[in-house]
Amino acid sequence: MTDSSKSFLQVNNIEVIYDHVILVLKGVSLEVPEGGIVALLGANGAGKSTTLKAISNLLGAERGDVTKGSIEYKGEVVDSLNPSDLVKRGVVQVMEGRHCFEHLSIEENLLTGAYTRKDGRKAIARDMQLVYDYFPRLHERRSSQAGYTSGGEQQMCAIGRALMAKPDMILLDEPSMGLAPQLVEEIFEIVRKLNQNEGVSFLLAEQNTNVALRYSDYGYIMENGRVVMEGNAKELSENEDVKEFYLGISTEGRKSFRDVKHYRRRKRWLT
Amino acid sequence: MRIERDVIYIFIATLFLMVAIPWAAGQLSEDIFFEWPFFFEVAIGGLLAGVMYSLVALGFVLIFKASGVFNFAQGAMVLFSALTLVGLNELGLPMWLAVIVTLIVMLVLAIVIERVVLRPLVNQEHIILFMATIGITYFLDGFGQTLWGSEVKILDLGIPSEPGFYFGGAILINDFDLVAALIAGVLVVSLALFFQYTRIGRALRAVADDHQAALSVGIPLKHIWVIVWAVAGIVALVAGIMWGSKLGVQFSLALIALKALPVLILGGFTSVPGAIIGGLIIGAGEKLAEVFIAPLIGGGIEDWFAYMLALAFLVFRPQGLFGEKIIERV
Repeated sequence: MTDSSKSFLQVNNIEVIYDHVILVLKGVSLEVPEGGIVALLGANGAGKSTTLKAISNLLGAERGDVTKGSIEYKGEVVDSLNPSDLVKRGVVQVMEGRHCFEHLSIEENLLTGAYTRKDGRKAIARDMQLVYDYFPRLHERRSSQAGYTSGGEQQMCAIGRALMAKPDMILLDEPSMGLAPQLVEEIFEIVRKLNQNEGVSFLLAEQNTNVALRYSDYGYIMENGRVVMEGNAKELSENEDVKEFYLGISTEGRKSFRDVKHYRRRKRWLT
Repeated sequence: MRIERDVIYIFIATLFLMVAIPWAAGQLSEDIFFEWPFFFEVAIGGLLAGVMYSLVALGFVLIFKASGVFNFAQGAMVLFSALTLVGLNELGLPMWLAVIVTLIVMLVLAIVIERVVLRPLVNQEHIILFMATIGITYFLDGFGQTLWGSEVKILDLGIPSEPGFYFGGAILINDFDLVAALIAGVLVVSLALFFQYTRIGRALRAVADDHQAALSVGIPLKHIWVIVWAVAGIVALVAGIMWGSKLGVQFSLALIALKALPVLILGGFTSVPGAIIGGLIIGAGEKLAEVFIAPLIGGGIEDWFAYMLALAFLVFRPQGLFGEKIIERV
């Protein structure tokens, strides 16, 4: 990352162990500049979600532990805070699989997002209107139980709920999961708008490399608990290896994933 | 709250059966005395007794809703709070002051339970937390009786317990039961409002739905647990006062928790109104069965009727009347 951008969120060489034995992250470093959209890419089990949870301190609830390295947010070491304090400081995670409160209405879901805020009903009502402006669909369904809304609406609800905390930084875990391609574009469009208009920085973990790279400024590619490659989103999407392994395009044209030779990747990246 | 159509059907069917079976029994058998005023007297007596069951069931619902833990210690909390209240009263505190001090004691108890029991067990299986509440039960039973003695104590609230005649002298109702019903009603309405419309109430429901998501939006679980155990403690105190002044404050108070179980199965573990309706159905059903059915089969239905009713519900509607269905989208 360029040195001119102010360091906003900084993850320094963290190691995460689950249940005291399972080593999941083996030294991950990354950086998110203020007002940036950074993508964290990689296959299942690469450690993307774990990285996000390490930042938001939700690991404790899953018996995970950051054993080495440090996480700094706006210059403050935040790895020992509890999630609630971190939300107060402006970092909110939208979890993978959306996790709406099923038996609460959409509107109540949004209101729970404002739990940590102390700036009064009026400000909260104003932000609720803002969320409805970004997601008109939520306004239509505001009184339905979240458990009975569609996957896309639940994803919007989860992002809207995070916005209600007035965050500076949203950790967005796999927003495209289980959504139709059109809806994925719609969600990412809104992410971009939020970034531009509200100044919210995003760190998003995604498997859908193609879309994620189109909407982000910078990307990290993870494999087996390590960052194996990083760069500007544009450079990454033009990189031959990324094209072949993550976008399914190679010099010989489109290829079935079955035919991809894995040894080549190992040779280039892990030695 | 949205009420499902099925619930209305079940409810109407239950009401119908509650009237039809005693009536039919009265027509068919000469052993059974059936007259409408007498029927209503029994039914109303049962409903009012049911309110007392609801009071105990409420405490279970609160904790189950917010943490998914079945709090076995609710009965012990009822006993402990009643013992503390009477004990303080005997030490010379006026009743109103004793109530306030007991409330504070229940709050402190909630904080201690969160610190000592729940916090170290966070992220464990529900069954482990359940077993921890069994431990709390034994501790509270023993601690309360060590502190205040184990003899039966009398708790006199000054509510007349003589029966009075209502509806033009046709029906006999116990005044004490009426007062108890009134207090339970106020308690339930305020709890329902608290859960539905306050920030904390909403957070409590959110935690009940999804712990992790609640953490991710910044709801501190530790505070929530203290709040919920404190509220359950207050409910236990109210139940302790009502049951204590009815039966005397004694060890058997802890066992009325067992009567709350069928109420919970009927009403649903997660519903405050469910606990009330469930209590009413169980209370009335039990008394009606005892008076109008028991003579046919040799008596003694009251003790097991509630459990049988609960069993029937488990077969046909495992989530109870108003319990939350597990929402699963496919």
